[in-house]
Amino acid sequence: MSTRLFELMLWAAGKTVLLSAISIAIGLAIGLLVCAAKLSPKKLLSIPATVYVSLFRGVPLLVQLLLIYNLLPALGILVPSEVAAIAGLALCTAAYQAENLRGGFNSVPRGLIEAADMVGMSPWQQLRRIRAPIAFRLTLPALVNEMILILKASSLISVVGVIELTRMAQNLSASTFRPLLFYSVAGGIYLAICWLVAGGGSLAERLMRTGSSR
Amino acid sequence: MSLDFSIVWQQFPQILSAFWNTIWIWIVATILAILLGFVVAALRRYGPLWLNLLLRLYVEVIRGTPFLIQLFLLYFGGPFIGLSLEPIPAGLLGMTVYGSAYFSEIFRAGFAAIPPGHIEAAECVGLSRGQIVRRILVPEMTMLVLPQIVNMAIILMKETAILSIITVPELTLVVGAIGSQQYAFVEAMTMLALFYWALVELSGWLGGLAEKKLSKFRFAH
Repeated sequence: MSTRLFELMLWAAGKTVLLSAISIAIGLAIGLLVCAAKLSPKKLLSIPATVYVSLFRGVPLLVQLLLIYNLLPALGILVPSEVAAIAGLALCTAAYQAENLRGGFNSVPRGLIEAADMVGMSPWQQLRRIRAPIAFRLTLPALVNEMILILKASSLISVVGVIELTRMAQNLSASTFRPLLFYSVAGGIYLAICWLVAGGGSLAERLMRTGSSR
Repeated sequence: MSLDFSIVWQQFPQILSAFWNTIWIWIVATILAILLGFVVAALRRYGPLWLNLLLRLYVEVIRGTPFLIQLFLLYFGGPFIGLSLEPIPAGLLGMTVYGSAYFSEIFRAGFAAIPPGHIEAAECVGLSRGQIVRRILVPEMTMLVLPQIVNMAIILMKETAILSIITVPELTLVVGAIGSQQYAFVEAMTMLALFYWALVELSGWLGGLAEKKLSKFRFAH
């Protein structure tokens, strides 16, 4: 493989990382809202949130992507395919992240919340100083896991015409007749990115652990 | 925008055969993946060190790369090394290999979670190796891993949609094609999504039922 082609693959890998990162960030924001709605005592909020989580976790991501990609123009919303792809990935990961966050918030020890009540913290202070930091620390491994899942799942957006790592490998193997080479290189790059993310995740966990023991 | 779902129903026989393909490919691939995953986990635990390292690499590579890339390598790269497969066998093989890596990790955790005291006790009362596997290891492990096995099987059910990309005639491919031909792609995809949703919810419910039925075999810690 010439250097030029390898550079193209690396550029495409960068796009995979960028699109995945944006989707994860938007998904985290939506996931927080869905989680808050699901934990709410008001049925009007918790039931739609439950349906949202069940729906987006119950439908294959490929079908979600194909649907969003074709639904937006049908509704008169014309956006680049990258935007449709990010919307699809973000809506899907939001459902999984909402469940992770819910698990985290439910695992905050009751005693800590009672103690915060005793010293007279307002609900907002409790959330900001006790519940959110602890829930974040508890859900970090799940968040890293979700990042890796989305990095791999982002290969599916090649189907809606976004040029990322998988689509680039597809194009180059079609034009050079060397699918073994280009799909192996693409696989190797995915593997390297996933290992980097996993390594960064365990590093962050270790740093936070030393932070908490002080 | 107006939605007309009747268009999709006119092609009912075609959809039914696609549904059958989705179901049997899912079930066969899941069973094969569970068996292969169990073998991989057992070899990693009881085999020699070099085999453990080799199989660990296998598991890490499969779990660290997208399913779609694995399918492309198999389906488009395979013929270059003398492995020309039709879409359905390629899909079956790809899904079995992909699933086996995840199942093997579930079984690995299962092996590790069986209290060594149980094995020692069985040895003490004179059970043979085969008896220990049949009477202690397998029943205890089944209970330990069943929830994750069900979970992974449901993930694989959703992954069957990806097989449409290598032209396996399953639900996503057939319903998508009907939608395109009839200029009713959004309607077709909406119905497809609702259908998968029902299927996944149903599988989850059945899995929960099986867990409850088998819970009498759960051992006390």
